Amino acid sequence: MTLHIGQSQRRENARRHLAGRGRFVSDLALPRMLHAVFVRSPMAKGRLVEIDTSEAEQSPGVVRILTAAELNARCKPWVGTLDHFAGMQSPPMSILAEEEVLWTGQPVAMIIAKSRAEAEDAADLVMVDIEDSEPVTDGAAALQDGAPLANSGARDNLCYEALLETPAVNEAFADAAHVVEASFTFGRHTAVTLEPRAVIADFDPSSGALTVHHGTQTPYQFQDVYARHFGLPEGKVRVIAPDVGGSFGMKLHVYNEEMGAVAASMILERPVRYVADRLESFLSDIHARDHIVKGRMALDAEGKILAMDVDDLAPVGAVSAYPRTSAAEGNQVIRLMGAPYNMPDYRGRLQVAFQNKVQTSQYRAVGHPIACAVTEALVERAAEVTGLDPFEIRARNLIADDAYPHVSATGYQFEKLSHQASLAKLREMMDPDALRADQARLREQGIYRGFGIASFVEITNPGAAFYGVGGARISAQDGAVVRMTPSGDIHCAISVTEQGQGTETIIAQVVADQLGVSPERVSVTTGDTATTPSGGATWACRGAGIGGETALRAGRKLRERILTLAGALLQADPATLRLEDGAVVDVATGEARITLEEIGRVATYRPDTLPDGVDHSLTVAHHFAPSGYPFDFTNGIQGSLVEVDVETGIVRILKHWVVEDCGRIINPLLVDEQIRGGVVQGLGPAFFEECQYDADGQLTNGSLADYLVPMACEMPDIEIAHIETPTEDTILGAKGVGEAGTAAAGAAAMNAVNDALRPFGARLTQTPMTPLRILDALDAARKQRTDP
Amino acid sequence: MKVLLSTTVNGEQVQEAVLPRTSLADFLREDLGLTGTHLGCEMGACGACLVLMDGVPVHACLVLAVQAEGSTIETIEGLNETGAAADLQAHFHDRNALQCGFCTNGMLMSAQALLEANPVPTRDEIRDALSGNYCRCTGYEAIVDAIDTTARDRAARTEAAK
Repeated sequence: MTLHIGQSQRRENARRHLAGRGRFVSDLALPRMLHAVFVRSPMAKGRLVEIDTSEAEQSPGVVRILTAAELNARCKPWVGTLDHFAGMQSPPMSILAEEEVLWTGQPVAMIIAKSRAEAEDAADLVMVDIEDSEPVTDGAAALQDGAPLANSGARDNLCYEALLETPAVNEAFADAAHVVEASFTFGRHTAVTLEPRAVIADFDPSSGALTVHHGTQTPYQFQDVYARHFGLPEGKVRVIAPDVGGSFGMKLHVYNEEMGAVAASMILERPVRYVADRLESFLSDIHARDHIVKGRMALDAEGKILAMDVDDLAPVGAVSAYPRTSAAEGNQVIRLMGAPYNMPDYRGRLQVAFQNKVQTSQYRAVGHPIACAVTEALVERAAEVTGLDPFEIRARNLIADDAYPHVSATGYQFEKLSHQASLAKLREMMDPDALRADQARLREQGIYRGFGIASFVEITNPGAAFYGVGGARISAQDGAVVRMTPSGDIHCAISVTEQGQGTETIIAQVVADQLGVSPERVSVTTGDTATTPSGGATWACRGAGIGGETALRAGRKLRERILTLAGALLQADPATLRLEDGAVVDVATGEARITLEEIGRVATYRPDTLPDGVDHSLTVAHHFAPSGYPFDFTNGIQGSLVEVDVETGIVRILKHWVVEDCGRIINPLLVDEQIRGGVVQGLGPAFFEECQYDADGQLTNGSLADYLVPMACEMPDIEIAHIETPTEDTILGAKGVGEAGTAAAGAAAMNAVNDALRPFGARLTQTPMTPLRILDALDAARKQRTDP
Repeated sequence: MKVLLSTTVNGEQVQEAVLPRTSLADFLREDLGLTGTHLGCEMGACGACLVLMDGVPVHACLVLAVQAEGSTIETIEGLNETGAAADLQAHFHDRNALQCGFCTNGMLMSAQALLEANPVPTRDEIRDALSGNYCRCTGYEAIVDAIDTTARDRAARTEAAK
């Protein structure tokens, strides 16, 4: 029998996108639907004195203008803290600003009109009087004594702080043969999903039911949020996430605008649509990263890592995001430092600060790129001071492949990883000796190439330890309902969701193998709280590992049910039967005894012919929550080859390599494409992407003409290899892979750029590594050489 | 005040009254229900709204509907139905050259136009031709591969036909 797990099954649901038949929220129009536009604060900080809507109300097509007094009253304010982040504070947030504006772009009024264009016309006529005050924009300044409050609802500008420390960390530094140190600045960037955020809220007063068509990863989370914040019974709230045009973590946060659409629909009793335009996306989607990190690494004389000491300052905007907070990223930054290495001691300090910018929060590879870039840049410096080659220093320090289970200095538990095998494989792929020879030859021609590598771990398959323990109503489990149709086809409704990564395809593969059918016979439904069981959905790399395991166990349950029924029909012991090629087969002879189609026919149309007491229900449900390790870590290593034009500062990315171990691979094609997409999302902020603010807290590059995203002509081909170390926590053995590419791509690239610049003594410690910053680094190095 | 617009969309004659300020993209999506043309930036930077206007790819977000008077417009729905890009679509599918699908319309339009102008482009030429098409999901390599394979297949078929 052919197994489909492990095969590069193509995505059936990709066909309709290729035919122009996608079904995105932004494509949907409902009868009597109205359009929402928000009037936004033009200032980063100030007191809201007056909003005059009288002229706008007369504008053609306007149905209603909603202000805070009416709109906010409909919705219970939200607070973005988690209980397990001790001491964390964040002031409550409501849909529209009431007395104080906190960031440029914060919504202050909502226009509801018959068309988006008419709503925009009216928005221009709303007069907003704001008495502006000096905003808090810089994270370090925010935490100084006497700094003005970014948000008057907060005690001070410290949202959260944390300290991790092993007892002997000071001794480790005191006894070290070498200490390397550096400060790093990681720019603020944002998700830039090609489809902007989109929602249509449809409240039906006759039934009291709210249906929200919402481009999100997490329909169940939003069902819960809408029910609780709008005082509706959960059973009356339905959230439908059809095709979603990219999400990457950005579309699972609660936003003022989506809550506004729901409130407006409840007030007006008509469907209300809000689709962000690109300018609004830049002003209101969560931003990501924004860290200033000071790091030190202690080594012994042989180049063995003894300890790291890091200090991360993360400004996150004027409130913490809800319901996952804006502290989770920094928390992961300080916990992932040094994770691939045998590192006995560690100190990590995190300060999360309020400021007057739009909030930052979880985006693909939460915290990983920062921890990886800092660790790997310090390892690179350690290689320099110890005279070791980048591969050799890692070989000496990466956790041995037979040394598991292993607990990191920051408390993470690793079941089994393959760092050393990954390093060896990368060396084979990259051929560093040949790259060094090329580098030396080209330098003589004035061409400066460099390569860099970066090891990483990735957190996947999170259980309740992620959010549940902190009191967040974010499901750690997933659920599947698998049924056989009267014709013997299989249907699986599952709580994990699809944003193009291939969730539905891999679920079909997994279910198919449990039931002895081809994946073409398995249809999969996702993304609708009315038609799928409740679950956490797709985030933090849980679709394959947790969703896949849920589907596997549900499929096996149905298999038992079918075999029991077949046993009754065939008067055979079910233990002597199995499912294969769409039929029930005698295990001993391999002979097909009865087809699934025939079983479906009898169970559905002629249950009267079954022996008494035989259960003919061919629908099963199963829910699965991870147990065992709190997370299933994956690991890997990446390599980058670049060429730096030292006259212009422009970098050409020539090649990128990835070795990745995500455990059991369900679909090699889809895994590789997740890695490639992830790498490019890591290279973007390494070289191009940055939300630039001026001192007044104004975003100065908030359009796709000004904010640079990675495009085809700048990106390299990416070579990928795998090691497979399945987790033993599950039957399936799969772990996540969605964030691996993003985790280390920037770190490898930074090491590569610095390798290219080595002859000049120049070094980059800030991302994005723009041409200007590269020229500045070259200039600084030149000055240091001539005027030491 | 609305004005009357006569144009040909996907081979069908269309007569509609439109506001002069309506973009071609909004006209196609909202008035004709052709939602395969997507809007990603509304300033001509992302390529999600590309359609063929008299055979040439244009950003439907930057063209006013009234500018299409007397023109022939082809959207992804029309391109799909003619079968002219069936092989390209098949290679995109086989190579998984799309994830969320939001950029795919524009990618197909750019690829189809490239292969008409330059039947056997190099990989660098393909990457250059996609320089106005933003994709956040794939990292582009699969898209380049799919276009590359289509070009080589078409060239081989042309050669065999000689």
